[in-house]
Amino acid sequence: MAFESADHAKAYWKENLSLMLKLLFVWALVSFGFGIFLVDVLNHVQFFGFKLGFWFAQQGAIYTFIVLIFIYIRQMNKLDKKYQVDEE
Amino acid sequence: MDIQTLTFIVVGLTFALYIGIAIWARAGSTNDFYVAGGGVPPVANGMATAADWMSAASFISMAGLISFMGYDGSVYLMGWTGGYVLLALCLAPYLRKFGKFTVPDFIGDRYYSQTARTVAVFCAIVVSFTYIAGQMRGVGVVFSRFLEVDITAGVLIGMAMVYFYTLLGGMKGITYTQVAQYCILAFAYTVPAVFITFQMTGHILPQTGFGATLADGSGTYLLERLDGLSRELGFAAYTEGSRATLDVFAITLALMVGTAGLPHVIIRFFTVPKVSDARRSGGWALVFIAVVYTTAPAIASITKVNVLDTINGPDQQGVMYENAPSWINNWEQTGLIQISEEARAGEEPMFFSNDDRANTNVDADIIVLASPEIANLPNWVVALVAAGGVAAALSTSAGLLLVISSSVSHDLLKRTFKPDITDKQELLAARIAAGFAVLIGAYFGINPPGFVAQVVAFAFGLAAASFFPAIIMGIFHKRMNSTGAIAGMVTGIVFTLAYIIYFKFMNPTAGPDEWFMQISPEGIGTVGMLLNFIVANIVLKFTKESPAEIQELVESIRYPKGSGAATGH
Repeated sequence: MAFESADHAKAYWKENLSLMLKLLFVWALVSFGFGIFLVDVLNHVQFFGFKLGFWFAQQGAIYTFIVLIFIYIRQMNKLDKKYQVDEE
Repeated sequence: MDIQTLTFIVVGLTFALYIGIAIWARAGSTNDFYVAGGGVPPVANGMATAADWMSAASFISMAGLISFMGYDGSVYLMGWTGGYVLLALCLAPYLRKFGKFTVPDFIGDRYYSQTARTVAVFCAIVVSFTYIAGQMRGVGVVFSRFLEVDITAGVLIGMAMVYFYTLLGGMKGITYTQVAQYCILAFAYTVPAVFITFQMTGHILPQTGFGATLADGSGTYLLERLDGLSRELGFAAYTEGSRATLDVFAITLALMVGTAGLPHVIIRFFTVPKVSDARRSGGWALVFIAVVYTTAPAIASITKVNVLDTINGPDQQGVMYENAPSWINNWEQTGLIQISEEARAGEEPMFFSNDDRANTNVDADIIVLASPEIANLPNWVVALVAAGGVAAALSTSAGLLLVISSSVSHDLLKRTFKPDITDKQELLAARIAAGFAVLIGAYFGINPPGFVAQVVAFAFGLAAASFFPAIIMGIFHKRMNSTGAIAGMVTGIVFTLAYIIYFKFMNPTAGPDEWFMQISPEGIGTVGMLLNFIVANIVLKFTKESPAEIQELVESIRYPKGSGAATGH
């Protein structure tokens, strides 16, 4: 294993999991939350010409997904460097 | 120039391009053939994944479905994009680190079991065939409408094309053709969308345009007008929808998880050089897919207004048949628009609604293909849309063919029956298997079983209930053993299949009240997936956890260093 110690490996995996779970929480919030279960509530809010809930379901969720993946890519690259497991 | 000549020229040019690329990117080894030598840059891989993913159904049917379902159509938008978050965060990097050629390879090795491998091969082949039949049908429809060749000839031309460049180039050829196909299909999808958005609202961007006010000076928002029209004509309000909330949730989740479990999408992540590239190509794939998927709802709502205004007239009183624009006649000939005898004879005006005033019916499938004609756009735009539809169908078929051929030559032949064959023999077997797959696919394209459309929807449910949990537990639950995983997969598949078969074929008239918790057969994969997780964990409690060397293997795929080249051994 390329890690300095088994503790290092454990810490790396823990940080990875916590990042992943945070991002998945947002993923579920914008799609299942704003787009589906809370859609009727949010539809009372007008967002330009859209009802807000409808906008999340047909546009906003998709933009958020893209941002989530790119945050993940950036943070993971940092994490790989920190624990020196990045590939050259 | 007339539409037909223009279409021949545009489609012909794209075909010449695909053949050129295939010859340039010939495959020399199984490594080239299965995973493009593992040397595809992440942005190119993202683009190829997008083309691989967006099928004839996405291109031709999705906006139409949204147009007719309104808010309920959001399940496709969120479901088919949200799956990429799961892929990029939970699957792609680890499967890339594992470094094998196929999904059954992972399942078989991780669960140290030939049975698990065989179950996975079976699922991969079933899922891929149901998909490919639908693609070939899409090619047939485009050819018959725009080139006026019959559907059989259309299917044969499409199949010959796909076979040629899959045979020659394998994954390497497919990847670079898909990059070209993505550019063509995205261009063909967005150009007409920009035109119609501008006509309707004065906005250039479809994404903002469908939330803008109408260009007629009335100051009404487009969606407000569409809601009003829908109510007036007896449809559900466009932005509200009518399905049960739990059902919308179940379908969305099943599509997301199904996307992440589809073998032809997963293998794309085996083609990049490094683990970090696998993450990156997931991100790029979603960017390229979003270009089309955020445009689709705009096309859906704008064309819906256009269709209603053309058939019912701006004052919603109906238009006489003799005054109908030519696109109505064109599509009436294909059977996708139906008009009653009385309206055709001029005894009453045409009317399209959801109550007893209706005498005209419009099929959802024409929304994208006819949108340039409906909006009076120039002929070259119509030709472009035809080329885009063909590109979408070909790119997806090629990806699926590769899954089928590698399942046979690699998973069955090399890993199960004849481990001692050489690389060259395996490559030959892969090409022969692709040939058979093409013939079977063509047969289904020409003689589609009546249930193709439903079957494609099952593919997601089946992938969600079988592959996804097995792969996720393979990575995140290192004590999970083969007995648990197999029991989970079998439960998931059997339950999902049984529910779909019962409610689609044996009792198709049953509605939400008879369904389990109002969940439709389209969404039942979500329940199948949960059952899979639960059963696997219960079985694990009563059996021995996975052996130490497997747990070490799982440890090693969690860390990116030393992913090396993808190998078959």
